[in-house]
Amino acid sequence: MSRNVRLGLFAAAGAMLAALLVWGFTGLPAFGDFQGEYGWILNDVAGHERHVTNVVASVVFDYRGFDTLGEEFILFAAAIGVALLLREARDDRERPRDEVRSDAVRAVGLMLVGPTVVVGLYLVAHGYLTPGGGFQGGVAVAAGVVLLYAAGRYRAYSAASPHGLVELAEGAGAGAYAAVGVAALFAGGLFLENVVELGTRGTLASGGTIPILNAAAGLEVTAAVVLLLHEFLEEVMYPA
Amino acid sequence: MSSTLVPLVVAVPLLAAAALGALGNFAPSRFDNLVAIAVAVAVTVFSVLLIFRSADQTIHYWFGGWKPRSGIAIGISFSVDPLVAGVAALIGVLATAALVVSWDYFGEQVPQHFHVLMLIFLGSMTGFALSSDLFNMFVFFELMSIAAFALTGYRIEQSSALQGAINFAVVNSIGAFMLLTGIALLYGRTGALNLAQIGQVLSRGRADGLVVVAFTLVVVGFLTKAGAVPFHFWLSDAYAVAPAPVCILFAGVMSDLGLHATGRTYWEGFSGVLGADAGSVRGVLVGLGVGTALLGGAMAFVQAGLKRMLAFVVISHVGIFLAAIGLLTARGLAGATVGIVADGLVKGALFCAVASLARRLGETDELSLHGRGTPIPITGAVLGVGAVGLAVVPPLAILSGDGWLRGLLVVASALTGGAVLRAAGRIFLGLGPKQDELLVEPQAGAEAELRRAPRAGALLWLPGIALLAAGLTLAFTPGLARRAVQHAELSVDRPALARETLHGVRTPLPKPSFERSPAAYAYAGAAGLLAVGFAALGLYRRRVPVLVAAPMHRLKLLHDGVVGEYVTWLTVGTAVIGVLFAVLIAKRP
Amino acid sequence: MTVLPYLLAAWLFLVGLYDVVTSRHLVHLVICLIVMQSATYVLLLAIGYRSGKKAPIFTAGVPVKVGAVDPVVQALTLTDVVVSVTGVALLLALVVEIWKRAGTVDPDRLRRKES
Repeated sequence: MSRNVRLGLFAAAGAMLAALLVWGFTGLPAFGDFQGEYGWILNDVAGHERHVTNVVASVVFDYRGFDTLGEEFILFAAAIGVALLLREARDDRERPRDEVRSDAVRAVGLMLVGPTVVVGLYLVAHGYLTPGGGFQGGVAVAAGVVLLYAAGRYRAYSAASPHGLVELAEGAGAGAYAAVGVAALFAGGLFLENVVELGTRGTLASGGTIPILNAAAGLEVTAAVVLLLHEFLEEVMYPA
Repeated sequence: MSSTLVPLVVAVPLLAAAALGALGNFAPSRFDNLVAIAVAVAVTVFSVLLIFRSADQTIHYWFGGWKPRSGIAIGISFSVDPLVAGVAALIGVLATAALVVSWDYFGEQVPQHFHVLMLIFLGSMTGFALSSDLFNMFVFFELMSIAAFALTGYRIEQSSALQGAINFAVVNSIGAFMLLTGIALLYGRTGALNLAQIGQVLSRGRADGLVVVAFTLVVVGFLTKAGAVPFHFWLSDAYAVAPAPVCILFAGVMSDLGLHATGRTYWEGFSGVLGADAGSVRGVLVGLGVGTALLGGAMAFVQAGLKRMLAFVVISHVGIFLAAIGLLTARGLAGATVGIVADGLVKGALFCAVASLARRLGETDELSLHGRGTPIPITGAVLGVGAVGLAVVPPLAILSGDGWLRGLLVVASALTGGAVLRAAGRIFLGLGPKQDELLVEPQAGAEAELRRAPRAGALLWLPGIALLAAGLTLAFTPGLARRAVQHAELSVDRPALARETLHGVRTPLPKPSFERSPAAYAYAGAAGLLAVGFAALGLYRRRVPVLVAAPMHRLKLLHDGVVGEYVTWLTVGTAVIGVLFAVLIAKRP
Repeated sequence: MTVLPYLLAAWLFLVGLYDVVTSRHLVHLVICLIVMQSATYVLLLAIGYRSGKKAPIFTAGVPVKVGAVDPVVQALTLTDVVVSVTGVALLLALVVEIWKRAGTVDPDRLRRKES
């Protein structure tokens, strides 16, 4: 099929698809007027049922916690997949190309590493009280680790995130989430049932299993992002 | 009634994958392989137990203990009946076989990532099969896909493997986006993600633009995974280059899961609101099915590379079972499900044979292997008997449908069986010529990277024999069809299912009333004979009639690996299906 | 005007799809997939929005009576966003390996070589 034929065929099909999408989307309730009962019920009950103030976190880690287990494993599988695909042996003795020319970049960057990691950990820890959570905070913590590379030296980054430890953290994060689910089975409940003491709403000690799952997710996301960047950076640093 | 086994078929593989991943390279590869095999066996055992435990009452498992409140589902549920559990058992059996074959198949030290991904793949497939929450199905769809993309590209030294993987990834991702858009539309209309509840809310309204478009998008998403025409181009690329043990799972069950999901979504979600237009929906789905079946069969017949041939066989059989599900009857659903399980076992066995050929003889090209199969006769037997199975099992499994429809499907399954039979004859009996201009050569070096191990052992063909025996036994077992229809009649009763899921009101199982008619055996016999005829034609014909050669040539050119074209065809398919549904369904004011 | 955010989502989806079909560089193609995915997020979040309501965070001081937007779509989107990043990483890893083996990242030149 030549490119022109392809474009012509797509133009026709794309126009029909566009018409279909518009036709379908106009059947949606008017913007701002959503009447879904699922959300209403959860907004009403999540606070006193789960003793959390962030209803979204209760949906992510409790009401629909099983979805999040799947999502965590997508993270895990993607990171493992990247490690599988970029798995060529490299000559480790070769010195990686590694230059930061500006002292200002180095200084400011290294100064920011600490605060970034702390902010990230704060986001993770308070995820079920205020906006945040394992997923968002995990990315922030990983950003802090990556700053080591961006501002400093590749080998510092590499040393701060040893491959084996990161893989262990990744497996531990994903495994911990699944293990909490199975533990609920042992405690006589259903998978991922929140069988831990619910604590006081509004404080860090609330939500039952939610903080545990939250922390597991944070660990998993951080490890996965660090691992991914590690794999891609190796491609650049040790060109084949 | 809840059964603890239900979450375990997903949780155990995932936990094991995380544990192996965390261990890293501390454990030798053989240890990982053993753990994986043990997990796969466990999943199989659990699933078989679930088949029996759910025989009297469908099991509804609400994760986190979040049961519905006044008829509104607030948690995620798995619904398990014997048909669904049977599919899960198929997944477990094929995963066991795949992991046993991979013990001897890979010549080199296998990175532990391979086993981690295989376990994740296993857990995600069982989750996808059991789930009755649409967004949860989407999550497992994505998880299956990610693991599959990485496993397809395993042979990173082969650029053809990587190209197959990226085509797979791009087309499947777009299918996933279509699915998610459909789910969003349904959420906007119904405020629900649970299939039964979506069905309840939709059935109170009428089939307007949103319903039609949402149905189109969701079906397109699932059919892309299944590999129905014109969403199938990625499949022939990917299944031809993925390692053979992985193909056992791809061909044996992953594609058919797309069909299973289509059926489940239609019956639980849409059969209420689209019930009045069932005839139109039936027309479109059966048409798609027949088209896919015949195109797949024809393309399978003109391949010389065994893996690509089997990829088109998968596509063709997906078409056959899509047509069965598309009949929108309980018998159609039952026949398709039993067929998916039995046929899946046969296809898995055939890929075991391919693994054996690749490892022992170093190639999977029918023409270059001409007459060279004599050192491995058992593999030849598996290939030959499996080929006949390909022809015979689908007509035997399909329990209803008009004569012309079943006739066309017989032609399709005979084409697929005939193609593989021809290959078996050429490789193991030295029949036919060494050259054939009709056939498409496989890309250079698809399996050449494997170091030949002429004395590699029984672990390559033993699973094949086991799978083949199981598949043929299931296909011929009397009484299985009767039980399947009995449960299917409950599955197609949407209001009863919704009452059961959302309000806990149990519906008793209908009395068994169906017996497989002798006509099924007649169709199967015809398919078998026709397959032998096609094989002989393939081996001994002198010239290719022009009426066949020219269109086949254009068809072959279409499958050329350019992802932009594949996505164009996906768009065309979505647009055509959507317009057909729009015109046929939403015509009332 | 109440349907405009949804049309925005449709537009993003179609533009991304068009660019995938016409792409000449695999990295560009992967980014177009991200655009298509963003379209689905826009759609989900737009669907769940309720005018005049606040975020579903009920810390002390926020009266519950005001009500909040739908938390379910936010939950679906937030995990999906982070997870899709890793999915994109997997696709890019495939692209990197293709570049190393085939020497090109032009999708139109990555054909199956027929005999």
